[in-house]
Amino acid sequence: MSKTLFDKIWEKHVITGEVGEAQLIYVDLHLVHEVTSPQPFDGLRSTNRRVRRPDLTFATMDHNVPTKDIFNVQDQMSRLQMDTLVKNTKEFNIPLASIGDDKQGIVHIVGPERGLTQPAKVIVCGDSHTATHGAFGAIAFGIGTSEVEHVLATQTIWQVKPKTMGIKVTGKLPKNTYAKDIIMGIIAKYGVSFGVGYAIEFYGETVENLSMEARMTMCNMSIEAGSRTGMVQPDQTTFDYIEGREQAPKNFETAKEYWSQFYTDDESDFDKILTFDVSNLKPMVTWGTNPGMATAVDQYLPEIKDENDANAYEYIGLHPNMKPVDINLDYIFIGSCTNSRYEDLEIAANMMKGHHLAPNVTAWIVPGSRAIRNRAIKTGIAKIFKDAGCEWREPGCSACLAMNPDKIPAGKHVASTSNRNFIGRQGAGSRTHLASPAMVAAAGIAGHFVDITTDEFV
Amino acid sequence: MEAFVSEVGRAVVIPNDNINTDIILPKQFLKNILKTGFGKDLFYDWRYNTDGSLNEAFELNKPEHKGASILITGNDFGSGSSREHAVWALTDYGFRAVIGGGFSDIFYMNSTKNGLLPIVLPEENRKILRGIQADETIQIDLPEQTVTYKNNIFHFDINSQWKEKFINGEDDIDNTMKYEKLISAFEKQRPNFG
Repeated sequence: MSKTLFDKIWEKHVITGEVGEAQLIYVDLHLVHEVTSPQPFDGLRSTNRRVRRPDLTFATMDHNVPTKDIFNVQDQMSRLQMDTLVKNTKEFNIPLASIGDDKQGIVHIVGPERGLTQPAKVIVCGDSHTATHGAFGAIAFGIGTSEVEHVLATQTIWQVKPKTMGIKVTGKLPKNTYAKDIIMGIIAKYGVSFGVGYAIEFYGETVENLSMEARMTMCNMSIEAGSRTGMVQPDQTTFDYIEGREQAPKNFETAKEYWSQFYTDDESDFDKILTFDVSNLKPMVTWGTNPGMATAVDQYLPEIKDENDANAYEYIGLHPNMKPVDINLDYIFIGSCTNSRYEDLEIAANMMKGHHLAPNVTAWIVPGSRAIRNRAIKTGIAKIFKDAGCEWREPGCSACLAMNPDKIPAGKHVASTSNRNFIGRQGAGSRTHLASPAMVAAAGIAGHFVDITTDEFV
Repeated sequence: MEAFVSEVGRAVVIPNDNINTDIILPKQFLKNILKTGFGKDLFYDWRYNTDGSLNEAFELNKPEHKGASILITGNDFGSGSSREHAVWALTDYGFRAVIGGGFSDIFYMNSTKNGLLPIVLPEENRKILRGIQADETIQIDLPEQTVTYKNNIFHFDINSQWKEKFINGEDDIDNTMKYEKLISAFEKQRPNFG
């Protein structure tokens, strides 16, 4: 029978239960961070339960980490969460990459980087951006805190199988447009909830030509379309990325052979198909307070259609007869599980090389992991940022969600490579404009957004 | 988990669409390491003025709505972050059910773990419910899968397993460990490439 990639992986993981009902699914990799784990570990202790498979569990610290002075945790509650994770991982014998550790970083950056993220796995984490790992052809989704406790205790999770949606991406990406623009373009076109109840697979020639880093960016933002799971079929690009990494399978050829059976037989197997052509794609920028409120950089901001739009414009301090190039910026933030991988930093650095930030712009460059940070220092990328006047920070979630000291002040506009432009997301009253790393870097130099597909840049 | 069979309660209407988990419980409150105490921070940015005083115009703060146990809202409730703290804030405040046009998948699952009943009803039903006065009640009957308000009886759908779980207030982990032999057998045949 003809099946989708999702169906094939799902079927390999069902322990009991019928399709249509909740089924018990085995979890191959459980990623843990300090914010959504204290209550689950406490629950285990109070019921005298153990962690069933500490060997399939990996913990790191990211949400609370101060990125300026990493060991100097001022916030008492942040410190408590991080200390609690140290205590819990020790007690339950779970590997932990703590602050300062070579392997520490944003959980969704570190999993792939260590080689833990592999095709055909079921991967969960108490964080909605877990979909990132789907880029490897894995079923990866965010779970709630009670589910974290359940996975710790049983290494399984009850799930109702979602429907499947194929998003076929075609066309050649214009110069200086990126995976970030594709996913933002898709969400701008189809809205922030079209994916609810579906597992998305991105496919088509454009996706096949993307790097793993770019595929991760796309899958990462599936949740911004309402879908818990975004994925891409594993291929040679995937295998090449994994090979040689610390946790890559030792019998790599056998693994590769096994992984190669996971693909969608025919696109008619999807419950629903959407299409998106990138041939004329322009860099995308959000103007409002959800990721669907985005426009191409050279377009006027949309007219006010309803109360939601009116409220968004009021909060963000813009109006419809402006273009993104008219948005004056106070901050730029390059970081987050969406766009803080080495490739992202390299693209941003190329845009900044030989230039200096516009006056009054503060720039935070936050690599996604210690390994990325070290590599960028070695290759000179860190120096490009510093020479441009940017602050070169330690790895963590930083200003993506501002649960740490990195907060954008009220009323200030920030060009951000992160994933959510919700009200107050990057600090109370902060005004977020999501865009690709190249766009954010160029905006930092100009002091406002610029169309990087014009002759001046390409 | 506290069981949910039926509920007769007063309701608060917050009709907005796209109420995400950042609105339900802003991230600065995620730092607790306990599950309790989040109710006072529910809808924080709407409930309190910037100086920390109560925003008296907000529905939840109106004295006539004190003690309401049912929340009536719009489409796409609970989108955004996976934080279960959003559900804990709703239950800690005293809500037992949320009636909306749709819920994000993760929020829905989190609700089923905490005895907060998410009910999906179409706009034409919710329009009638939005007319509820502060002293009137709504009756929710889970076994019958109905919401009753005045002379209106609305039927809602729910997966049979979630329904049973709500009615019995089951502990998920104990329930799963009934399948321990199957889990062990599964583990033995998992692919392992070293």
